[in-house]
Amino acid sequence: MPIFSLKENWSGKIIQLMNLFYLIAFLSIFFSLLVIFSKNPVYSVLYLIITFFTLTIHYILLNAQFLAIVNFIVYMGAIMVLFLFVLMLLNLNEDSEPMKSNLIKIAGVVAGLCLLVTLIGSFRALADSDPVILKKPEIGLVKNLGKVLFNEFLLPFEVSSVLLLSAMVGAVLLAKKEPKKI
Amino acid sequence: MELAFVIEKFALVIVIFSVSLGVAAYSTLAERKIAAYLQGRVGPARAGWGGMFQPLADGAKMFFKEEIIPTQSNHFLFIAGPSLALLTALIGSAVIPWGQPLTFGDTVIQLQVADINVGVLYIFGVVSLGVYGVMIGGWASNNKFSLMGAIRAASQNISYEIAMGLSIIALLMVTGSLSLKTIAEQQSGFVNWNVWVQPLGFLIFIICAFAECNRTPFDLPESENELVGGYHTEYSGFKLGAFLFAEYINMFVSGAVMSTLYFGGYNFPFMNNLLEMGVHPNLVTILGILFLLGKIFFFIFFFMWVRWTVPRFRYDQLMNLGWKILIPLSIANIVITGIWIVVKEIYFK
Repeated sequence: MPIFSLKENWSGKIIQLMNLFYLIAFLSIFFSLLVIFSKNPVYSVLYLIITFFTLTIHYILLNAQFLAIVNFIVYMGAIMVLFLFVLMLLNLNEDSEPMKSNLIKIAGVVAGLCLLVTLIGSFRALADSDPVILKKPEIGLVKNLGKVLFNEFLLPFEVSSVLLLSAMVGAVLLAKKEPKKI
Repeated sequence: MELAFVIEKFALVIVIFSVSLGVAAYSTLAERKIAAYLQGRVGPARAGWGGMFQPLADGAKMFFKEEIIPTQSNHFLFIAGPSLALLTALIGSAVIPWGQPLTFGDTVIQLQVADINVGVLYIFGVVSLGVYGVMIGGWASNNKFSLMGAIRAASQNISYEIAMGLSIIALLMVTGSLSLKTIAEQQSGFVNWNVWVQPLGFLIFIICAFAECNRTPFDLPESENELVGGYHTEYSGFKLGAFLFAEYINMFVSGAVMSTLYFGGYNFPFMNNLLEMGVHPNLVTILGILFLLGKIFFFIFFFMWVRWTVPRFRYDQLMNLGWKILIPLSIANIVITGIWIVVKEIYFK
């Protein structure tokens, strides 16, 4: 009997988690739609920040704490601040938004629908979705993630760091003032 | 069991919130008293003995002032700005270990709201969110001075976050843990404090903490002689109070973080000797909490001391200090720490 009750308890927890997942997933999609539909670009960025926050909750639900907190710091805390910074400097308003011709709008709709069809097709080609059971549920913790990154995936990890460094050098080079050629 | 846990944490949260709010309220009095002392004045002395009730009088004044929301402003974001500033200032204290666990018979009470294993990164995340309140409030005011203040706050916080993160990385190489509880436990006694092995890292961290709290010499977002009032030019009443209050809560929390990361947290010299002599563990824990509060008060005093000693930086000086001095220094600190760890492994084992 105890085993049975344990199982019951476990499935109850899964149902709770699934309900939480559906709520958070609904919120992510809701706020990402608001990002697209709001007229004011500053509002768009603020909705995008909330979307990233819901994604952080998704990572916590997946037991990927490190990824969650890095998403929190890098996307919510740094990149979105820069977005907001640029938008505030430009001070775009609803009236100053450039008018787009109808042709571009139709082209955008067609391209978006094509992307949707491709995505649905590729997902249909895969197997039907089933509840994912993680092989190593502890993989998202900092300690295990660090060990995996520095043993199995050392080369890709280092190569991506070189990539980031080259991007940084490029940005500095672009921002540098040209010496006067006289 | 579950309910008792929730009640315990809830009570702890309420105690921590009220302590940080009380400390922040009396920091305003301390700021004025210290400023007065450094300038050879008396300072507030009318309300109560030595001005003891001045914070209450200030608070009452803030409540009863007329709240003005500018007609051309963005109303929702205008209110959201100070709320966000206060929220992000308060949630940082959740991962700080305030003392060793208290034991009453069988029940053990942890004096930490959440012991998450990425505690240091959580603090860092909260710090990086702190700028949103200032930015949103400044932009929503629809005033060019406010906007200038908001933009300055954003660029300053982003610049100094990098050096802060790099100085924390050097610290983590020494501690080998991201949990603040473990870091505090490692520094028992006096010689184990992290500041003795990371003096340069601590210097960089405290400079960045000044910048993240928008305290003089880094208070360019509200520099009153160029920008009227900076990001809070259009604010009045308790919304202004929320902005000012958030600054003092930030000082309290950053003092707690610095004490925990570098100055041993609740540990004090001869703590283990006291335990060996048979003093009750709960008594030692309470003594430890008092020591932690003492360290925090010292840091708050230091913040105020610097404010009335060092003049404000110019904007280019601020950027040069952040990008050309602090970031290379903190990278050098990481390299030196790495070499030191290897040398210690080989020769001092």
